[in-house]
Amino acid sequence: MSTGLKGWKDIPIGGMILEAGNSAEYETGGWRTFRPVMDKEKCKNCLFCWIYCPDSAIQVENEKIKEIDLKYCKGCGICAAECPAKAIEMVEEGKL
Amino acid sequence: MGKQVAMTGNIAVANAMRQINPDVCAAYPITPSTEVMQQFASFVADGKVDTELVTVESEHSAMSAGIGAAAAGGRVMTATSANGLALMWEMLYIASGNRLPIAMMVINRALSAPINIHGDHSDEMGARDAGWIQMYSENGQEAYDNIIQAILIGESEGVLLPAMVGMDGFIISHSIENLELLEDKQVRDFLGEFKPKHPLLNINKPITMGPLDLQDYYSEHKRQQAQAMQKAKAAILKVAKDYKAVSGREYGFFEPYKLEDADIGILTLGSSAGTTRFVVDLMREKGIKVGMIKLRVFRPFPIEELQQALSHLKALAVMDRSDSFGAAGGPVFSEVRSALYDLPARPKTVNYIYGLGGRDLGISPIERVVKDLQEIHQTEKIKELVTHLTVRE
Repeated sequence: MSTGLKGWKDIPIGGMILEAGNSAEYETGGWRTFRPVMDKEKCKNCLFCWIYCPDSAIQVENEKIKEIDLKYCKGCGICAAECPAKAIEMVEEGKL
Repeated sequence: MGKQVAMTGNIAVANAMRQINPDVCAAYPITPSTEVMQQFASFVADGKVDTELVTVESEHSAMSAGIGAAAAGGRVMTATSANGLALMWEMLYIASGNRLPIAMMVINRALSAPINIHGDHSDEMGARDAGWIQMYSENGQEAYDNIIQAILIGESEGVLLPAMVGMDGFIISHSIENLELLEDKQVRDFLGEFKPKHPLLNINKPITMGPLDLQDYYSEHKRQQAQAMQKAKAAILKVAKDYKAVSGREYGFFEPYKLEDADIGILTLGSSAGTTRFVVDLMREKGIKVGMIKLRVFRPFPIEELQQALSHLKALAVMDRSDSFGAAGGPVFSEVRSALYDLPARPKTVNYIYGLGGRDLGISPIERVVKDLQEIHQTEKIKELVTHLTVRE
């Protein structure tokens, strides 16, 4: 099985996590079924998506939306639902 | 050398606990194990130990408190019986899954219903898949020796598993026997100081225990547990060797008795081994080549070692002091028979369920087993695979 995940000999026993402050290492993007796809033409950079995103996956630079960090985006669709400009569309991963 | 004393199995175990001096003990009373904790509570009250004794409101809480204390980095012990062990059920798996080497004395008792307080193995056998090391004791001496060794086996490098030691309720727990206690210092030197590998209380190295573990890693952690059980085999033998150097008493996975030249054999565990040994001697006087094997370690199950020890037999009876209703016999039988399956030549193997709810296994039922085995040996035919012995028709 080549998943890129470590085997049983290389992980701490009993599910222990031996370092503190490591949630960034858990890439929740693997949970995603629908991906938010942004239409930059429609986006007004109001940053509503940035405010609502529960995973801080909306990356902002100079007060403008830069990109959506797909390593952590779970595809919950809150950004698409909240976007006043309807600039975000949720697209099924398999159809991309 | 140690001290020769006369005491019950329970008091012997309480004294082992006094000498072990665990950091934390959490327990709830249940017959027939109550006396262990009652005596140990006196040791605590009298200042004989440094143990923090937590008197909880149930066995579920006893094991939960023990898990917390062991996770914190303590050496933790408890004792229970029957329904008490059953109430610990989900926590048993959490102790082993979190790899916490808790040591527990199980004073074996029948499970209700109908309610019964006497000795059989249905409690501990029911917990055989819980990921705990399991040992059984023939008498008070073995219970004392086993619980001391259980501490180090569970704490061994590469093992880190909880261990339970069984002792037949009332038959052993409440019978006074002549036995030898080690000196307190001998036990403390033998065990040494417990150095937990990943203590939660180490504030310089904060860790997380028991986080959510889903499809991506749970299988790997269970694979680790399987490996730890395999590693426990070497640890059991090493601890036994070191213990022999201190006590002079020898232990292994099992103890054969007059087995080498035997044609037929009886495999048993717990207190019935004493009676079986007596019957073996009686039969040997009559020229019947029968032997016995007393199983001490049930988890990890010593498959290869049993294959070697039993392969020369023509017929074998496996004695179970608990039933696994609807299974292919009792739990010991299923595993022993499975272990023998791959041998090119193997004994014809039958099962006897006996002694449930503390019913005595006297001499005559074992004589009957020997007679059955002789017939199987001669005819090479098994009439009844599983027999309920010591039951009225």
